[in-house]
Amino acid sequence: MSNIKNTPSNKSFLNDAGNRSLIFQIILLAVVVFVGYYLFSNLQANLDNRGISTGFSFLNEPAGFPILIHLVSYTEASTYGRAFLVALINTFVISLLGIILATIIGVVMGLARLSKNWLVARLATVYIETLRNIPLLLQMFFWYFAVLAALPVPRNSYEFADFLLNKRGIYSPNPIAQDGFGLVIIGFIVSLALAIGVIVWAKKRQTRTGLWFPAYWSALGIIIAVTFLFFAAAGFPLEFDLPQKSRFNVTGGMVLPPEFVAVLVALSTYTGAFIAEIVRAGILSVNWGQTEAARSLGLRDSMTQRLIVLPQALRVIIPPLTSQYLNLAKNSSLGAAIAYPELVAVIMGTTLNQTGQAIETIGLCMLVYGSLSLSISLFMNWYNKKMSLIER
Amino acid sequence: MKSNVCKLLSTAAVAAAISTGAAAGTLDDVKAKGFVQCGVSQGVPGFSNADDKGNWTGIDVDVCRAVAAAIFGDAQKVKFTPLSAKERFTALQSGEIDILSRNTTWTYTRDVSLGLDFTATNFYDGQGFMVRKDLGVESALDLDGATVCTEQGTTTELNMADFFRKHNMSYVPVVVQKADEAVSAYDSGRCDVYTTDKSGLAAHRTKLKNPSNNIILPETISKEPLGPVVRHGDNQWKDLVTWVMYVQVNAEEMGITSKNVAKVKADAKDPGIRRLLGAEGNMGDSLGLNADWAYNVIAEVGNYGEEFERNLGKDTALNLPRAINNLWNNGGIMYAPPVR
Repeated sequence: MSNIKNTPSNKSFLNDAGNRSLIFQIILLAVVVFVGYYLFSNLQANLDNRGISTGFSFLNEPAGFPILIHLVSYTEASTYGRAFLVALINTFVISLLGIILATIIGVVMGLARLSKNWLVARLATVYIETLRNIPLLLQMFFWYFAVLAALPVPRNSYEFADFLLNKRGIYSPNPIAQDGFGLVIIGFIVSLALAIGVIVWAKKRQTRTGLWFPAYWSALGIIIAVTFLFFAAAGFPLEFDLPQKSRFNVTGGMVLPPEFVAVLVALSTYTGAFIAEIVRAGILSVNWGQTEAARSLGLRDSMTQRLIVLPQALRVIIPPLTSQYLNLAKNSSLGAAIAYPELVAVIMGTTLNQTGQAIETIGLCMLVYGSLSLSISLFMNWYNKKMSLIER
Repeated sequence: MKSNVCKLLSTAAVAAAISTGAAAGTLDDVKAKGFVQCGVSQGVPGFSNADDKGNWTGIDVDVCRAVAAAIFGDAQKVKFTPLSAKERFTALQSGEIDILSRNTTWTYTRDVSLGLDFTATNFYDGQGFMVRKDLGVESALDLDGATVCTEQGTTTELNMADFFRKHNMSYVPVVVQKADEAVSAYDSGRCDVYTTDKSGLAAHRTKLKNPSNNIILPETISKEPLGPVVRHGDNQWKDLVTWVMYVQVNAEEMGITSKNVAKVKADAKDPGIRRLLGAEGNMGDSLGLNADWAYNVIAEVGNYGEEFERNLGKDTALNLPRAINNLWNNGGIMYAPPVR
């Protein structure tokens, strides 16, 4: 201890901290690469031994099987690659709609649980505690089979105006654009520009003079009024294909199948219950003094919540909210159990069975869920940074 | 530190050398562990179904029991792995099971590109449609516009699509992950039609709320030869499974049953029968089995006809006719090469 000296003899190559850490990192990298290579070559050798064909060329083969819900054109003659695209879109759509609905439900329920109204607060508590504690798969089966059991067969459909409701889904008139519909789209774009203009003007005026203007309601009014004006000017270029009862099913119109509804309801109410608790925690984390200060400035309760409490609560809410969004996107794979044709059902189910390409199909699915989750995560991190407290 | 790295690398190299050697001798493995690991369904009455005590029965289960009887002289030396339709091939490929006996259709793609070998057919089936009586449908050709339920991971999806396309009919497909939920969806009225192999329709009909209110349409839209599957490349094991099944068919043809087999073995003058039952010579040797292997199969499990009647025949809930599965000299196509 007594004679620690910086003698040059101790400064051999291996005693240098930088060199040591470099060597360790090179060794670690070599081990990782070796293990990866070993696993891959072992896999290749075993697949070859058993005569199992490999590769992604099956994506160009005709798939031959039908898919219930497809938002891009798809027939049995389409390729496996096309089927993959259809499944991918179905997964994206259900995740996106689920996230939006779950957020709305979560915010409403979170606020309701904090309500001073005894009944509202208790109802919210019952909702949250029930849905959080029942496995999601059971809830999906519940919605699917409960909905199917409650509704009538197509012949005895419930009818409201031109809408039909039965075991096969919700049927609505299908709007078909006629000549001149382009004008309506132009009208919509014009109204959108006007609406944005109003919002920007209102904000500037408020910063300058402090005067408040109901910008968002006015913007909505402008969009509806201007679009309708263009629609009328073009001579109402829209016709409806009405749903008709036929021998087995309802033909014509647009249909929302029960599988889609059940998956969406199950995903958004389940995740909504978790989000409600996150919202409640976020709001409770904002000091009560903030509310008192806002009230003493004369702000109404709704403005206090919207302008003072929520923006501060969001900082606490966003990080755990991100994991709920990720959960929802991954949980959408449970839709396979009740015939919603998403990625797991179409690729890891039918495609895997027909082609036998287990490693390729499961790899594809892992890649998709991985990148879906990463993009949600990246977006939410960006939003978190934007909302976080900027200290001056 | 240097020596540690050397150790690590050499350990990895040894591990690599060990694990790349693929095991080919399934029979030796089975003899060593003392039982046959058999992949079956998660519950199809008559084919492979477990009762409330966990005893498996069914015509597919009997294939594995017969193989166990041939090897060990004891039909109980079988362990069962229930598999979903989409897990089944991976379980066999990876060596988790020795035989896949799970109402599996023999198709070109499965035989040539999955690293599998089909042995023989133990049930000739075909895909059909089940509808509710009150729909008033009498033929599958009346199904234009219908909603069709089926389960995933089988050949039925493709057959159904081909059938509707061929007849230029439209339909709405509802493809559910597991058979039980597909049947529930049909039973609850989500679909007009439920489609799968006809034997499966008969089996699942017994589970419906009101079985007699449902009919199976006359059309058979596909050929579905069902039978056990083994891994590609182990010819000895494939021969064994194949010939256990052939022996059962031959036994029915010769009139040998589980009840009279002991008497036949004692009394038989026919050298063919004496050879088969191990009273003369050793036919089992080249399969790696004892001389009395065929005797054990028939004594413990019975001939093919007994197997069929016990699991699918008139006295069961399925009540399937022998029809095409009868012996070749009895109006069916069940035919086995001779044992000699």
